[in-house]
Amino acid sequence: MTQAVSVKSTIRHHHKLHPAALRAMHWINATAIIMMIGSGWKIYNDEVLFGWLHFPEWIVLGTDAQWGLQWHFFAMWILMFNGLCYLAYGIITGRFRRKLFPIRPREVIADIYGALRFNLAHDDIRHYNAVQKLLYTGIILVIVVQVISGWVIYKPIQFSEFTALLGGFQAGRLIHFIGMAAIVAFMIVHVLLALLVPKTIVAMVAGGPDEPEDDNAIPANAPARG
Amino acid sequence: MPPRSPSSSIFRPKTGVDQTAFEENKRLAADIDRRNILRGTLSLGAISMLTGCSPTDSDAVRSFLKAFSTVNDRVQEAIFRPNHLAPTYREDQVVKPPRFNAFYDVDEVKPVDGATWKLDVAGLVQNKSPWSADQIYKLPEQEMIVRHICVEGWDYIGQWSGVNLRQFLERIGADLKAKYVAFRCADNYTECLDMATALHPQTILATKYAREPITDPFGFPLRLRTATKLGFKNAKWVTAIEVTNTFPGTYWSERGFNWFAGI
Repeated sequence: MTQAVSVKSTIRHHHKLHPAALRAMHWINATAIIMMIGSGWKIYNDEVLFGWLHFPEWIVLGTDAQWGLQWHFFAMWILMFNGLCYLAYGIITGRFRRKLFPIRPREVIADIYGALRFNLAHDDIRHYNAVQKLLYTGIILVIVVQVISGWVIYKPIQFSEFTALLGGFQAGRLIHFIGMAAIVAFMIVHVLLALLVPKTIVAMVAGGPDEPEDDNAIPANAPARG
Repeated sequence: MPPRSPSSSIFRPKTGVDQTAFEENKRLAADIDRRNILRGTLSLGAISMLTGCSPTDSDAVRSFLKAFSTVNDRVQEAIFRPNHLAPTYREDQVVKPPRFNAFYDVDEVKPVDGATWKLDVAGLVQNKSPWSADQIYKLPEQEMIVRHICVEGWDYIGQWSGVNLRQFLERIGADLKAKYVAFRCADNYTECLDMATALHPQTILATKYAREPITDPFGFPLRLRTATKLGFKNAKWVTAIEVTNTFPGTYWSERGFNWFAGI
């Protein structure tokens, strides 16, 4: 038993902050999300929710309505399958539990204050601050809701139970739009903060520093399995 | 019902239908096969790096997207619930008149003469005699108040009545195991339903709107109305119905829209 634990620790010692599978999923997700947003803007333009808002043609994906739709209905599969892999990975490897939890409101407030004064510590990018934990958890939930509202708009009759739950077809469209806006807002903050601490970008490309043994070790008081 | 926004409709091109694009797309439609998915995928890698810059109009990309659209057809067929009813609404929610949409403007509608109109029946059916408007209007009526959802994103509640399509198909001795029920229209529009949708309880050949005969812009004397498809699948001014196992092509799928177009 002792030997088994020590072997496990040795393997984990060589894990980088962002293992290759996670990096691949991150960049596939980024590509799919950008395709979804660009084609979604094209689809939105055909029947706008807000009279003051049309997305300029040079920024949208798809040169006619049908190609915007077809891009959207292609990229959605990449987003969904990649997203399911990511969720399974995060849960099975314990990465979500290690990296994203717990999120303590007091720390979030302190870190927001620190972030606004550009006074957050980044010495160890392996350790997410409370704002990062909140944003990363939040964006996962937003994308999950976005997929659900997307299916409701795509198949409002086949999934009429969900359509009713969201408040109808047009409510589904509005929720889908708000979800898009939240994702765009996240991307702006995410990219800006990454640019401010460039080693985080290097880490998402090359893997970053090795994970410490301690963080990965199973806590001594963890209940024994089986 | 006035449009909610000033955005132009793709169903109303300002310069009329571009026939060259049609010819080009016909060639592309014929071109679709498994190899195109692979060929398209090769250029997709490059294109996805450029997203946001509208690099989408190359033939290879369109060809790939149209080929992939058939994957989405299969998925929609798989998730289609043949006996799941679309929500229905109260009579006071009905919008009068319904909202017009076609691939041309409402003032370009060419009314159909009900006295000389006839419905041709073709393909895998036992009784191929054509139907007059009188005969059609005497068939038992089914009324439904359902939501019309356009691919553009707008919707309205409409009240339609006419003969149930399954009952009509049974009446003419159609092969209900065939794959498609195709429609041809007075304005040369073409549409085609999968058999499962044709047999859905809320698919009718509509003759009335809000209990009055359908008016010219909305398909007099006969139009298709199904509660489980996007608006453009609901062919107006129907002049022929064909039951077939050969996919006949449809106006909008030839132009790149998804064929199944279920909701």
